[in-house]
Amino acid sequence: MTGQNIAFWILAIAMGTGAIGVVRSRNIVHAALFLIVVLVGAAAQYIVLLAEFVGIVQFFIYIGAIAVLFLFGIMLTRAPMTPADFDNDQRWPAAIVSLFLFGTLVALLVDAFGGDKIQLSDSLLESSRTGPVADSIFRQFVVPFEVVSMLLLAALVGAVVIARRD
Amino acid sequence: MGLNQYLILSAFLFCCGVYGVLARRNAVLVLLSVELMLNAVNINLVAFSAFTKQIAGQVFALFVITIAAAEVGVGLAIVLLIYRNLHSPDLDRVDQLKG
Repeated sequence: MTGQNIAFWILAIAMGTGAIGVVRSRNIVHAALFLIVVLVGAAAQYIVLLAEFVGIVQFFIYIGAIAVLFLFGIMLTRAPMTPADFDNDQRWPAAIVSLFLFGTLVALLVDAFGGDKIQLSDSLLESSRTGPVADSIFRQFVVPFEVVSMLLLAALVGAVVIARRD
Repeated sequence: MGLNQYLILSAFLFCCGVYGVLARRNAVLVLLSVELMLNAVNINLVAFSAFTKQIAGQVFALFVITIAAAEVGVGLAIVLLIYRNLHSPDLDRVDQLKG
């Protein structure tokens, strides 16, 4: 068992616990903090997979911006800070649907990618540094990049228009 | 390292997100579950990027992160509007189209 494998399993257990905490916690602030556990775990998984830039971006944008935005949303909707029941009466149908989906996905994935291995090599490390990522964004994917920046601007203006108080 | 372990971890996160979207009543908690699903997709993209040794997967993950930021901004604005109109973030009460 390699070091990467051990790191993967530690992070995977933390992320799985966090994900269950997000959907099962009876305290809304705890649910948001469990989401932060999952997001940090994902960032660490990207670094294990040698995708350093995506890992750092995940850290800054998700934990720095999105998690804080969620905590503001919890405050502004005056959510109860004490444990309360946030579930509707579809708990069992929802559990059946998600377990069925998980079983189907696992069966299909094992069937399709059962023996495939990820080779973490020095050449992969060289080719996934920030420089090649930037080259790829600003050469091959420059049009999607511009489209996504317009989308972000439109979403920002739209959020202001929707949330304005008049 | 097997590719499958990443894919199954991401499938697990995605299914937790599906459960949360279906079973939660509070609008902020539904948005948290949507974030879980978006993150599951990102893990897949980065794992396939390492598997195929192509950088495109990482670039797509960056795009997904950007779109997630936009989605949270608009989503929380809508949640605030619902809260202001109904005085509750409870999605079961948003039923004005019900006949």
